[in-house]
Amino acid sequence: MVKGFPKSSSAFGVMINKEVQDHVRSWKFIVLLAIILLTCCASAYSSISKILENSNVPLKDGELLFLKIFTLSDGALPSFYIFISFLGPLLGIALGFDAINSEYSNRTIGRVLAQPVYRDVLINSKVIAAMLVIGVLFTSLTLIILGIAILVTGQAPGFIEVFRILSFLLVAWFYVAFWLNLSVFFSIRFSQTATSALTSISIWLFFLVFYPLIVNLVAQGLSPSAYASEREILSYQHFILGIMRLAPSQLFMDATTALLNPQVRSLGPLTMEQVQGAMPGNLPFWESVKIVWAQITGLVASSMLCFVCSYYFFMRKEVRA
Amino acid sequence: MEPIIATKKLSKSYTNVLAVDNLDLSIYQGEVFGLLGPNGAGKSTTILMLMGLCEPSKGVAEVCGYNANTEPLEVKKKVGFLPDNVGFYDHRSGLDNLEFIGKLNGITQNEVRDKAYQLLEKVGLQNDAHRKVGAYSKGMKQRLGLAEVLIKDPQVIILDEPTIGIDPSGVKDFLELIVSLSRHERITVLFSSHQLHQVQRVCDRVGIFVKGKLLACGDLQTLSKNLFQTDAFASEFQLGTSVEDISTFKMKLKERFPDISRVEEQERNIWVVNSKKDIRAELCDFLVSKKHNILLLREKHYGLDEIYQQYFEGGSL
Repeated sequence: MVKGFPKSSSAFGVMINKEVQDHVRSWKFIVLLAIILLTCCASAYSSISKILENSNVPLKDGELLFLKIFTLSDGALPSFYIFISFLGPLLGIALGFDAINSEYSNRTIGRVLAQPVYRDVLINSKVIAAMLVIGVLFTSLTLIILGIAILVTGQAPGFIEVFRILSFLLVAWFYVAFWLNLSVFFSIRFSQTATSALTSISIWLFFLVFYPLIVNLVAQGLSPSAYASEREILSYQHFILGIMRLAPSQLFMDATTALLNPQVRSLGPLTMEQVQGAMPGNLPFWESVKIVWAQITGLVASSMLCFVCSYYFFMRKEVRA
Repeated sequence: MEPIIATKKLSKSYTNVLAVDNLDLSIYQGEVFGLLGPNGAGKSTTILMLMGLCEPSKGVAEVCGYNANTEPLEVKKKVGFLPDNVGFYDHRSGLDNLEFIGKLNGITQNEVRDKAYQLLEKVGLQNDAHRKVGAYSKGMKQRLGLAEVLIKDPQVIILDEPTIGIDPSGVKDFLELIVSLSRHERITVLFSSHQLHQVQRVCDRVGIFVKGKLLACGDLQTLSKNLFQTDAFASEFQLGTSVEDISTFKMKLKERFPDISRVEEQERNIWVVNSKKDIRAELCDFLVSKKHNILLLREKHYGLDEIYQQYFEGGSL
């Protein structure tokens, strides 16, 4: 600890330190880490081997080698970012579902709050420590894959690739942060850790499995007739995309698609007029970000909302269980 | 002398339930104060309000001169609190747990380990410092809790039901440790309990707390004097055989000793006589003259048991 730091900030440091230690040593984290490492390395392996297979085929104009590692799949294994969209929520939930209620059930809450620290330090440190762990995990995972790719291909990533990969990391981080904050919120509302875990997981499953089914049903019910005008079809498409984007995983997929594929011009349907005369090629980084700005904002906003709710309810919660 | 803990009209109401009702309490420096009461009397709620962990509905709680509700951080710096049925991070060692609390209190990394070892030694856990707390017995956890309370060098220690679940010899050791601390370092101790004998043994003063109200407060002598005002002297005697006619026996006793205020058979063949002065010698003569076998004759002292019982029965002073 740096000397001369104000008291509350050093207490914050102490708490974060402890939380990170707890996470890293816990079995749930180790198991998840193993799963994530295995799947991500497998998907990276498959995409790199695919790239090596086609090594004599020159890259198409504008294709970026290092971005392909994260998006390419050989058909057998989904690509890296798809895996993250599956496993990220699980990681977030695992790190958050017992954040507060375990303090209550272990009866440590009164002990910690009787120390001279502000009450919000506890919840802030829980969330920030978990986000730190997630951030470090994702960053190192990405760096490992990049390193392997550099070793295997003998090429170095360009500036723009690094930028795009960093932005992808950031979006993945926000995405997992949403699930983390959601499960922390449930850990405050429900006094049983099992209840909060199951609730978070059922919401995750709902968005993973049932929500697409429901959207499909709605889409079938509303599908315009074969003779509908172009305008009708377009508005129908926009509507269906709109309701799909209520799912956080869809926001994540949209954002990563645009960030990792510079060729992507739009996430929705384009009319012939719009496509006419377009030059194929890469969008600048900033333009890609602009396409998915709404998605990124949505992810950040929803995790903020969950955190604010958690904060509010935690600060008002009785110390006695 | 200024009280170190003072509450003024402190009240806490939950929906429909008044947990603490206009509590006025003063505790002075260096005192060992026992808060006595049955379960659900509002002891824990009062303690939480003193620690600023629970907001009073009305009134003020001041600890070490700070308002516990508006300046809880200052209070928490000076007061060590051991909650009811305290829990620890079970997957960590006792030393780790203790160091964590020490660091939260602003003790630097370099000093915290030495201090933690010292305290573990003080509470007798030096050989278990590196064992996980999950493997500790209840008594060991309680002692670790005390070490945590002490690591911040408190002026006041507040213990909520500290002796629940510890075996009698453990309770004795634990309480003696607390009292010796209080005596040596002039630490004020407030603890709540519903176990009378422990409180009787170690407290300077007790407060009897029922249904959110402090019914009586003071040392044991004062309490018993208040409670049994009319009974200046109480004699207790046990007879070998039972008295045939109780009312005649009572009458005869009163005839012989006009200043007797009360005669009562408390248990089978055990009688208590209240009088203005010591009548044991005469009583003995009298009983012998009536051919009763006397198995026991002594002055009756009122302990906390009787006081406690009286308050619950009578409900008020």
